[in-house]
Amino acid sequence: MTKPKRVTLFIQCIVDSCFPAVGEAMVKVLERQGLALDYPANQTCCGQPAFNAGYRDEAARLASHYLDVFEDAEAIVCPSGSCVHMVRHHYMELFAKDPRQLDRARRVAAKTFEFTEFLVEVLGVTDVGATWNGQVTYHDSCHLLRGLGVKDQPRALLSGVRGLTLVEMTRSDECCGFGGTFSAKYPEISEALLETKLANIQATGTGAVVGCDMGCLMHMQGMIRRRELPISVHHIAEILAGEE
Amino acid sequence: MLNQDPLKYRELAAKAVEDKQLHRALAKMRDKVGRNAVNLYNQLSPGHDPRQDAKAVRRKIVDNLDVVLETLSANIRARGGHVHLAETGEDAVEYCLGVARRFEVSRVVKGKSMLSEEIHLNDALEAAGIETVETDLGEYIVQLKGEAPSHIIAPAIHYTREQVGELFAEKLDQPYTDDPPTLTAMARKALREKMLTADMGISGGNTACAETGHVTIVSNEGNIRMATTMPRVHVVLLGIEKIAATLEDHDILLRMLTRAAAGQKISTYVSYVGGPRLPDEPDGPEEFHLVLVDNGRSRILADPDFREVLHCVRCGGCLNVCPVYMAIGGHSYGSPYCGPIGAVFTPLTRGINTCHHLCQGETLCGACKQVCPVDNDLPRMLSLLRSKLADGDRRWDVRRQSLPTKLVFGAWSVIMRHRRMYDALSVMARFGQRLLPRKNGWIRRLPGPLGGWTRGRDFPPLAQESFADRWARRDKTGRGA
Repeated sequence: MTKPKRVTLFIQCIVDSCFPAVGEAMVKVLERQGLALDYPANQTCCGQPAFNAGYRDEAARLASHYLDVFEDAEAIVCPSGSCVHMVRHHYMELFAKDPRQLDRARRVAAKTFEFTEFLVEVLGVTDVGATWNGQVTYHDSCHLLRGLGVKDQPRALLSGVRGLTLVEMTRSDECCGFGGTFSAKYPEISEALLETKLANIQATGTGAVVGCDMGCLMHMQGMIRRRELPISVHHIAEILAGEE
Repeated sequence: MLNQDPLKYRELAAKAVEDKQLHRALAKMRDKVGRNAVNLYNQLSPGHDPRQDAKAVRRKIVDNLDVVLETLSANIRARGGHVHLAETGEDAVEYCLGVARRFEVSRVVKGKSMLSEEIHLNDALEAAGIETVETDLGEYIVQLKGEAPSHIIAPAIHYTREQVGELFAEKLDQPYTDDPPTLTAMARKALREKMLTADMGISGGNTACAETGHVTIVSNEGNIRMATTMPRVHVVLLGIEKIAATLEDHDILLRMLTRAAAGQKISTYVSYVGGPRLPDEPDGPEEFHLVLVDNGRSRILADPDFREVLHCVRCGGCLNVCPVYMAIGGHSYGSPYCGPIGAVFTPLTRGINTCHHLCQGETLCGACKQVCPVDNDLPRMLSLLRSKLADGDRRWDVRRQSLPTKLVFGAWSVIMRHRRMYDALSVMARFGQRLLPRKNGWIRRLPGPLGGWTRGRDFPPLAQESFADRWARRDKTGRGA
């Protein structure tokens, strides 16, 4: 894709409702790249929660809504790998028997990007002029890593941040146990996975974890707060928006 | 056989997550084998993914299964073996019992067969008064303990050597030791006595080859060679899908199997069996039987959405990388096939409603797909199983699991398509959340089914101003988002 001039923001529902500062940080980073931004006010959710729980008709209705909202955009950027994975892969499953919608979905999916993927792959930037003093470790979110193949991009961006040192944790690619409704339905299992993840984060000695998906980060932060652990949690946009 | 109830998944899993010893054992497996499997694929031949070759081979075979099965049967018969196609598990068990009666068998040595667990063969043999001894070391340990295997290829992974020492001291009447070579020698002595006096050998097979008419069994101890060749009659139990068409296909699959299963280029022993002893041969059974078991597999074969699961070569690789399996162990699944493969295969053969926990109790993280030697898309199939539970499916006899949940997602999808309704609901929720207990800003206890989250984790409150609100403010004032 050639470098677009205008970017349309897709702010996933939990960022919109619970973590608006993450959306604002992404806005800051993109504006510093000289991009004009749009935010269609009628956007809501990509449908992933329903899809993962098995409610495909309901998810397909939201997918259609997404296509209506974003069809005319030049490029769509979202601060979440799992939402982009939903659009890029599961929309094709949802519309497999509807050639007209499938065609629209293909076109919209081809211009929907995860934030770090967009910066590195489309804009060709790894240094966004950010400063952040300290050590961090990075968590690979499942859908971002295995679904979209985004592994090196966030790391490249982090290594472009002045003052920041990235310390890899053991099994950074292992699931944190969020899994959408799974986390509330099977709390014992979900917590066990999360404990392992938090132990691996703590073992790095950095005291800070960075990720690209607010789902995973909200999950981690949930237990960190409950247990009052000394780990700070950051969406990568917040790090990349950091100035001197 | 214990724990054959997948409905107890959550209960058993909740117990297993507390079992530190289990986690240590499984972590060893994960670090030794699981994470090496993917790396091993990459060593085979740079720039090309052998998983895709294996997938293509398996697809071709499964798509032509009728022809492949016929060729295999004809070639086994040509060598003097008997072939029986068993439609159900009971049918397969009955056939084995029939052979045992004809040979007046009082002792069976067996091994390397998850399928025999699937069809409860040991119970049936014991009920018929036939002593049945597992000869694979891991399976022997599990059997002495009166348990079921907890891993597809490492059935006793959940035991420490100290526990095995105690078990052997008690059951084999030996002095206690936790020295692995001594323990192995004890088992070897006990098992050899059984093998020398058994009348019948029963085994599974890792694959059969239609072109040559033989069954292949891989092992690292070699006991299965004796169990299959020393007794007077040998019966192989094989799922109808575990077949390679040609020797070339067989070779591709065997290499992928041992790599994914144990990080080995090939296992210590590879046994090729497939017929009775010929007049000029010094050993081998008098009779050879191959029982091809369907037990729900042709139903899977008939569904293009799930046919892929029959490509599985039962390497257990997906278990070794699955974080959920690592946390809960194999027994939680209530099925001989545990982990991600079990979570897809078991519901399809035992009923999707009966196994709803297996379909839902996974995070869809995709690690299993990445490691699978035949590139099976298990997350895709899990997600599809969930959709059958959500909406019901007559073809698979699935009842809708929860009408209230359906209605909630229905209402949610309406609200989410209308930003004004979503905003109105957000305003209400912002007021409502004030009633919930908080600490340092985050919510301590959520109501209803969401309460599971707050069992051990806090939940973020809705921000007083959403991103959309901030953006709208910025549009007006030039400030904000």
